[in-house]
Amino acid sequence: MSWWRWLRGGGVPVVGSAAILIAFYLMAVLAPVVAPYDPGEQNRAFPNCPPSVLFVRPLRDWGQSILATHPYRLADPAARRYEILADVTAPVRLLYAGRLFTTPAGEPRYFLMGTDSLGRDLFSRIVFGSRVSLAVGIIGVTISFTIGTLVGSAAGYLGGQIDNVVMRVVEIEMALPSFYFLLALAAVIPPRLSPAATFLLIVAIMSLISWSGFARIIRGLVLSLRSLEYVDAARALGASRWRIIVRHIIPGTFSYTVVAATLGIPSFILGESALSLLGLGIQEPSASWGNMLADAQNVQNLVKYPWILIPGAFIFLTVMSFNFLGDYLRDRLDPRSGIR
Amino acid sequence: MPSDSMPLLDVRHLRTSFFIPPGGEARAVDDVSFTVEAGRTLGLVGESGCGKTMTALSILRLVSPPGRIVDGEVIFDGRDLLRLTEAQMRALRGNEIAMIFQEPMSSLNPLFTVGDQIAEAVRLHEGLGRQAARARAIEMLRLVEIPEADRRVDDYPHQLSGGMRQRVMIAIALSCRPRLLIADEPTTALDVTIQAQILDLLQSLRQRFDMALLLVTHDLGIVAERTDEVAVMYAGRIVERGRVAEVFAHPLHPYTRGLIASVPKIGARKQRRLATIPGVVPDLLHLPSGCRFRDRCAIAVAACSTTDPPLEPHRGEHLAACIRAGEPLPARGPAEGRGAPP
Repeated sequence: MSWWRWLRGGGVPVVGSAAILIAFYLMAVLAPVVAPYDPGEQNRAFPNCPPSVLFVRPLRDWGQSILATHPYRLADPAARRYEILADVTAPVRLLYAGRLFTTPAGEPRYFLMGTDSLGRDLFSRIVFGSRVSLAVGIIGVTISFTIGTLVGSAAGYLGGQIDNVVMRVVEIEMALPSFYFLLALAAVIPPRLSPAATFLLIVAIMSLISWSGFARIIRGLVLSLRSLEYVDAARALGASRWRIIVRHIIPGTFSYTVVAATLGIPSFILGESALSLLGLGIQEPSASWGNMLADAQNVQNLVKYPWILIPGAFIFLTVMSFNFLGDYLRDRLDPRSGIR
Repeated sequence: MPSDSMPLLDVRHLRTSFFIPPGGEARAVDDVSFTVEAGRTLGLVGESGCGKTMTALSILRLVSPPGRIVDGEVIFDGRDLLRLTEAQMRALRGNEIAMIFQEPMSSLNPLFTVGDQIAEAVRLHEGLGRQAARARAIEMLRLVEIPEADRRVDDYPHQLSGGMRQRVMIAIALSCRPRLLIADEPTTALDVTIQAQILDLLQSLRQRFDMALLLVTHDLGIVAERTDEVAVMYAGRIVERGRVAEVFAHPLHPYTRGLIASVPKIGARKQRRLATIPGVVPDLLHLPSGCRFRDRCAIAVAACSTTDPPLEPHRGEHLAACIRAGEPLPARGPAEGRGAPP
């Protein structure tokens, strides 16, 4: 069955979730194109500027753009209050200067989602921040599930002392309070590391903490798989233990793994967001949805500039979409649920 | 026809036990000996739980803990399989000795196509590349008479019927041209017409490849029709052994006679009840002293509880393990059937 029909079976929530996730991941991959401005660029004249309005204007000549905005002016710097210059019209160009939409140099800027306290365009930062948050999910899940599958399968199939040792390690790791452990490890990251290295370290730490729970479940699954007759048949063929594990046992765990991975990505995203929120993850000036929310912790800021909560909406949408998809996947793949 | 050469498979005093804590030993295969000649068929017949499947698994050393092969020799083509390393055994399995199992649906991996699974064997033992292995898979599918083999090769097990899956299993087993095929109840899960087809197929392939066949079954009808020799097992022991025609014409052991008598016969004189063997198979952990069958035997005497009868020849090469082998059963005994020989 084609992907499209399969997705459609889930109705609006599933199709919508898939659409949202595809859109977000495309946004992350094409960040330099989607973002109208450089995420680190500060517009000192426009701290905490509210989102600009966009309107369509009739074309007077071909060179002009259809979309335009009314720029703001900082009326009261102390209170950071803005007023709209309704008489000034600044163009917003589509597919211009290598970006999806932006304003020409020298013209007033268009802030789709406002700016933060340093005047940086929030939308651009969200777009670049999506790279961090979304990649953390995928990479983290890949690493932890690969380790978990290999270790769990070996322990489950080989049994004996290997199983014993592995399970004790897993239990020790699960007994550690994971969030505090995460904080402790993250606090040890040298602050002057490059953003890429910091990111990889964070992902590595989160993966190393989470593989154990998954390994334990895979081990249980493998225990039931290995008593299936086709495993006996494979042994009767002369297959070695390793070959049986790789070719027969591990593929038998995929139906569980796919669902668990889809549902596990949100926890990685939320974990990274929490770390960055606390200042232990991705550091300024790099953008991540988590550290952008740090500003929103201040209630007064939140009340005066509610748009700084928008990164949270993105996190929310991503997590919800993964959950919808994962639930649907689980319903479809579970042979006992009666839905196939 | 006496064997003038070494038998292909010579099982001697094989013992396989299950060790149940705290210290119980269930002797699933207790001093079992038999031979299979090259190109011939031996039927291993008995009730569920008599040890016939464990015997088959022991030959290939596929016994898992808490079971363990305790003693004996399994001489295949001059080599004692119980003395080989695991790596040597793996080279043998699927290659020179192959096995097919009872439930074709669960014996095939549902995640792979049947072509992949047939190819797995040849790629493992003959190192063929993907294309060559696929060609061999199609060839094997044609051999087992699956129509449209070149399309079926990419089907998944759930897309095939039971009979076809069993043919696929046979194809997998035969893909490396083994010298001995062990078939563990290959037709039990199939309906009767398909059963006949599968057995016909096995027969023709056997002749074509000059392969020996060890057929494990509980169905006397199959044994009578399709095997050259038969060994009857009970509670881990072989109680009777010999050529099929001989054993069926002159069953010596009371158990064998009970089995034959219990087969319902169409057109038999009217019987109010089906003939059965009273009682149940003994618990392997608590075997009766002396002969294991004595609690259910119609002609048991005092001596049966003290002596454990050895398997000995009574009529030429026809062996039985009973001190009263061949003696007539009581006329009205429930184990009496029609025409039990005097």
